Amino acid sequence: MAKFQDLISIRDLEKSDIELILEKSAHMEQALKTKKELDALKDKVVATLFFEPSTRTRLSFQSAALRLGAKVINFEDVEKTSIAKGETFSDTIKMVDGYSDLIIVRHAKEGSARYAAQLAVHPVINGGDGGNQHPTQTLLDLYTIKRAKKKIEGLNVALLGDLKHARTMRSLMYGLAMFGAKITLIAPRGLEMDRNMVQEVKERFKADMIEKATIHLEDTDVLYLCRIQRERFVDQYEAEKLQKEFRITESVLEKVKDDLIILHPLPKVDEVSPEVDKSKYAYYYEQAKLGVPVRMAIINEMIGR
Amino acid sequence: MALIVEKIDDGTVIDHIPAGLGLKVLEILKIDKDYNARVALVMNAASRKMGKKDIVKIEGKKIDEKTANKIALIAPNATLNLIKNSEVVEKTPVKLPKELVGVFKCPNPQCMTNVEPIETIFKLEKMEPERKLRCSFCELVFEAKELLV
Repeated sequence: MAKFQDLISIRDLEKSDIELILEKSAHMEQALKTKKELDALKDKVVATLFFEPSTRTRLSFQSAALRLGAKVINFEDVEKTSIAKGETFSDTIKMVDGYSDLIIVRHAKEGSARYAAQLAVHPVINGGDGGNQHPTQTLLDLYTIKRAKKKIEGLNVALLGDLKHARTMRSLMYGLAMFGAKITLIAPRGLEMDRNMVQEVKERFKADMIEKATIHLEDTDVLYLCRIQRERFVDQYEAEKLQKEFRITESVLEKVKDDLIILHPLPKVDEVSPEVDKSKYAYYYEQAKLGVPVRMAIINEMIGR
Repeated sequence: MALIVEKIDDGTVIDHIPAGLGLKVLEILKIDKDYNARVALVMNAASRKMGKKDIVKIEGKKIDEKTANKIALIAPNATLNLIKNSEVVEKTPVKLPKELVGVFKCPNPQCMTNVEPIETIFKLEKMEPERKLRCSFCELVFEAKELLV
């Protein structure tokens, strides 16, 4: 029996729901390691509707569905579909709902996945809706942290970068607070986390949170980075300056804890220097790999036998 | 002190509006010079409960639920007095529901509800010190005054 009808926002999940997914993700990771044949989705068709470009999310969802024995349908290019002819989002969802057992949707407009879930009879997973939510990324991030650190509660987690525009940071902050991590928000002035969101997390979870405009990582257990979104700046010189100021280089990591891990939702541009990529702290490639078992766990909970 | 506004025959009297917000209530009701009946706005009337209050009297208008919900956002203690033949026949306090469906347009231009014909849903997030509501689609939180623009 499915635990979730839809997965749209981290706000819809209870702590116990997340714990269940983390536990099942570990099982899936183990199954992949031992090359166990899985066929829980043998008769199912999964549709991945990415109205916006995506590499990791789309491919890891497709890989997850295929590894569970499902068939995957999708459109490669929005420009080659009826959407280019002016078909509405709602018509596209209703049509695809008739072709599949689960819809994974990414769309630039915020609330698009919630709307898709209203329209579709079959379950819907939000693969990212504009600047709003990306719940499967958060589940993957929490799984990665728990896997590396054996716990989440009490960890010092620093979220660094353009916290204003990065949807991954919003839902991750929510998830971390739910699990009792100590959160430090480090953002350039003007790119701070949304006030309402900070307030909500503080009130709802009595979260231990501080905000900074400069980088101090001495006590940090997990450093989570996101890029400065240069395309959002009118002044490219200012963007360049901030990019340099908030770049993670070997010298920034001189006094960090020995077991610090650095995470990043990827794609990254130049917010991390190449030598850090090769360092023991870089954990983002491992993190990206874990997208498959976590998404397998989610899909399986929703439509698996 | 006696009110200097005459009674209306049929319509609605909205009482207990916080002082200074009567004009906003008229705005919510979309009442302007083209409205075809008598309208009175009493500002800063004495009130035992509120100190000062505004009162709006509108002839020929019955307030529907969606409009009452909008009024409740800025005037949570307002009462709607339905008048027939110059008598109050029904007195209803406005009530701010936990969920407002199809009442407001989402102010976020990136919200899907501004792209396709979707009935908006706003959930009451906070009452004090300011009423805040969250759009169920884009999940952004707005103050009541932002929704009433």
